[in-house]
Amino acid sequence: MKFGVVVFPGSNCDHDCHYVLSEVLGQDVEYIWHQEDSLKGVDCIILPGGFSYGDYLRAGAIARFSPVMAKVKEFANSGGLVLGICNGFQILLESGLLPGAMLRNRNLQFICQYVNVVVERDDTPFTMLAEKGQVLRIPIAHMEGNYVPPEGGVGGLENRGCVLLRYSSPEGDVSPEWNPNGSAGNIAGICNERGNVAAMMPHPERCAESIMKTQDGRLIFQSVIAYLEERKTKAS
Amino acid sequence: MRYRVTVTLREGILDPQGKAVKGALENLGFEGVDRVRVGKVIDLTLSEGDLETVHEICKKLLVNPVIEDYQIETLEE
Repeated sequence: MKFGVVVFPGSNCDHDCHYVLSEVLGQDVEYIWHQEDSLKGVDCIILPGGFSYGDYLRAGAIARFSPVMAKVKEFANSGGLVLGICNGFQILLESGLLPGAMLRNRNLQFICQYVNVVVERDDTPFTMLAEKGQVLRIPIAHMEGNYVPPEGGVGGLENRGCVLLRYSSPEGDVSPEWNPNGSAGNIAGICNERGNVAAMMPHPERCAESIMKTQDGRLIFQSVIAYLEERKTKAS
Repeated sequence: MRYRVTVTLREGILDPQGKAVKGALENLGFEGVDRVRVGKVIDLTLSEGDLETVHEICKKLLVNPVIEDYQIETLEE
């Protein structure tokens, strides 16, 4: 399968994503510079973490107007898979491809630590190898991860099936004490109703091989690969 | 024309910065500060366009309506 990792000025997890997909998981991966207006025929687009445009104005607010984002929007609207990680999440919110917005963390601090997230949906291309209720240990590293839902609140998102991951205890309890940043409803990851656009604050690319503390992030990328392979088999 | 855009968090949206500033003021002994909201000010100088253009600019880029409100003030030349 062919993946595209978008590179904005200030992206800093682009190489990690490229490395995991190419070296660890053996996929074809292309970097896509933000000024490009072609997605090079990829099957899945990754918007990586970092500080695109220095997080000026609001995190993701300026990246959203990069030439490449017009193509990412078209790709998403035609059913293409798009995964935003951390800053990529913020860009997808700003671009309107996913609902809601991000505020600064409740404690006003940059938080860099391992967290537990519980999988709320196991029927999306990004989580199909996981099970609903499964707890993944994946690190977060962000300043703005305090998610604010759109009108209708967390309940509205739940009804539309948009809640993908929640901060939880190691056992999957999602009470407020397990919320690191003040995010509404402990939300750590969401998807659109169609399920082809998803985003998460935790960094799966930072825990995807045995040398790391956990390998849970691998599951996200492997799900995408499994989904794309299945889709290809069906099509042929 | 010169315009000043003031962007603030919408009512009902928690403002962690405002909360921290309020806490600091309390520590400094300022009593009776009931509420602090932190926003940002963006000054624009336009050689073309009018107030309507500034509204457009706000809606398109400067303001995220999910969490923010804005006000525009026309400044003296």
